Amino acid sequence: MSNALSAADLVPGEPALDEPPRASSWLRYAALKAGGAVVSLIMVVLLGFFAFRILPGDPVRSLAEGRRVSAEQMDLLREQLGFNDPLLTQFLRYLADLAQGRLGYSYTYSEPVLNLILDRLGPTLLLTGTAALISVVLGLWLGQRAAWRRGSLFDRTQTGLALVFWSVPTFWLGLILLLVFGGGLHWFPTGGLVTAGTTATGFPLLWDIARHMVLPVVTMVAVVYAQYLMVMRASLLEEMTSDYLQTARAKGLREDLVRRRHAVPNALLPTVTLIFLTLGGLVGGAVTVETVFSWPGLGLLTFQALSAPDFPLLQGTFVVFSSIVIGMNFLADLLYRFLDPRLRAA
Amino acid sequence: MSTSTGSAGTRRVNVAAARRRQAMADGWKEFARNRAGLAGLIILLAVIALAAVIPLFAPASVLDVTQVTAGRNESPSLANPLGTDPAGRSVLALLIWGARISLVVGFAATLVSMVIGTVMGMAAGHFTGAAQAVLMRLIDFFLVVPGLVLAIVLSSIIGPGIATIVVAIGVTSWAGTARLVRSQTLTVEARPYIERAWALGASDAHVIGRHVLPAVMPLVLANTTLTVGSAIIAESTLAFLGLGDPSSVSWGGMLKSALDTGAATGGYWWYVLPPGLAIVIVVLSFTLVGRALESVINPTLRGR
Repeated sequence: MSNALSAADLVPGEPALDEPPRASSWLRYAALKAGGAVVSLIMVVLLGFFAFRILPGDPVRSLAEGRRVSAEQMDLLREQLGFNDPLLTQFLRYLADLAQGRLGYSYTYSEPVLNLILDRLGPTLLLTGTAALISVVLGLWLGQRAAWRRGSLFDRTQTGLALVFWSVPTFWLGLILLLVFGGGLHWFPTGGLVTAGTTATGFPLLWDIARHMVLPVVTMVAVVYAQYLMVMRASLLEEMTSDYLQTARAKGLREDLVRRRHAVPNALLPTVTLIFLTLGGLVGGAVTVETVFSWPGLGLLTFQALSAPDFPLLQGTFVVFSSIVIGMNFLADLLYRFLDPRLRAA
Repeated sequence: MSTSTGSAGTRRVNVAAARRRQAMADGWKEFARNRAGLAGLIILLAVIALAAVIPLFAPASVLDVTQVTAGRNESPSLANPLGTDPAGRSVLALLIWGARISLVVGFAATLVSMVIGTVMGMAAGHFTGAAQAVLMRLIDFFLVVPGLVLAIVLSSIIGPGIATIVVAIGVTSWAGTARLVRSQTLTVEARPYIERAWALGASDAHVIGRHVLPAVMPLVLANTTLTVGSAIIAESTLAFLGLGDPSSVSWGGMLKSALDTGAATGGYWWYVLPPGLAIVIVVLSFTLVGRALESVINPTLRGR
């Protein structure tokens, strides 16, 4: 969830569950991680199918909820949507469709799910990418400063603030900004990707988008940076008593250089993995932030799919969101290997 | 240990009990030294007490939209200290009634998550070979898959409701605990007394139940406190997205109706601020208590 950062994550030491005990060859490592990612993807695909077919709850009934639909019409709908076929037939059809990139057909938009998702992918990547970048830079920078001056006023205020922001539900912070900037100050637009009916192109269009991004990005950053701050702080504290720092000081390095060149690079290693592990949480944040600010991305699409409810669309967004996160984690594993020289030399 | 073995046995029991009492007292002293944790605990006890006694002061009928006497969206006044909601109900009453759902769902979802996480973590640490490989894959999968999106999928299929939310949060949030418990299990099982148990012919069930479980329990408990906070945020998020029980009052549900009725853009701050502040205060309290508990269990974290 938005918050799945447990105590374990704050204590580095076991970077990944199946980290090989000693350095083995690059290729073997990459193959191992790729295998893991593929298994996860297969599980997403299976879950995407079976959750919608096996769990209690009738998709057709939910679809017909609140409307006058006779039993015959519901049967017809079941027939049309293929729910009457044997489960195996349905599953094979789902796999065949997926292999061809078809994610099903949306009930509410009367459009292929894939088209809808592709339309919304760009804005989501723009929003979460920007927010993630700012959060990481801000969180890591504040975290290492706080750890280096542990117990100082700076440390106590930053840690306190981070704990408070960590406890804030993303969507509520969005509502507050909406209250301040939508109801009172009109500094920034409060909804959408561009001003409605705009014909701007080129630079004015970019400027318009940037202005629309301010509030959603601020909301996401405020809630997410705190985790990175805490992780970086804990990770650097772990390094603070190491002998090599003593050595660095003994050879006459300035305190500043000891921190920047020796302590921080080592503390960054476990932090990188943890940053990528929180990507799933970032996606969760996208759902609520996009809903509050009507940002036309995958998160808003997920919300629209669940309020309809439009199960093929929901299934599609789940598969796509999960695939993105699994892919990013795979990249993180490779990156980790590259960043840690002890593992790189094999 | 049975007391039927005579006076020597009784004394042994008493010694063990006394030692346990001493450990508890030491732990409490360490916990109480952490002022933030203590403050969190006091706030939580106050909130729980308030939520428990609210029916005595504001019966459930104040939540009934057909029985309201005040106007809609009234600003705070003496009669309604936090104003009224878009249906004319007292926001203060809604807020305290909402605490019940948030706390109950938070605790119940955490229980589900902790049970799954502890069992899976111990199994993944204890067993080897194919069983371990499968369990680790499963843990890894739930660790990376976006939890909120999965919870949304689960609860929209099963249908809105409190039980649904509990299951959805519990099923999607256990992987972190499992990871923690697994590494602790590995540490514990490397100790000589486990080897002794094996040599005496202990079964898997005995080793896990009598040796591993007691050793991982303190860690699980500290983690529980932190997870309750996360679960409350998750509950409010799902309720905000409309997956909660529409007939009961919750903090997330209040914020949903604030967005739906345009309370945020309309400037009705008294309907937007209190539910969110309540969430922040309760979640922060759980986090502070959890961190204090952690430092009791893990002395290396002290003074951080």
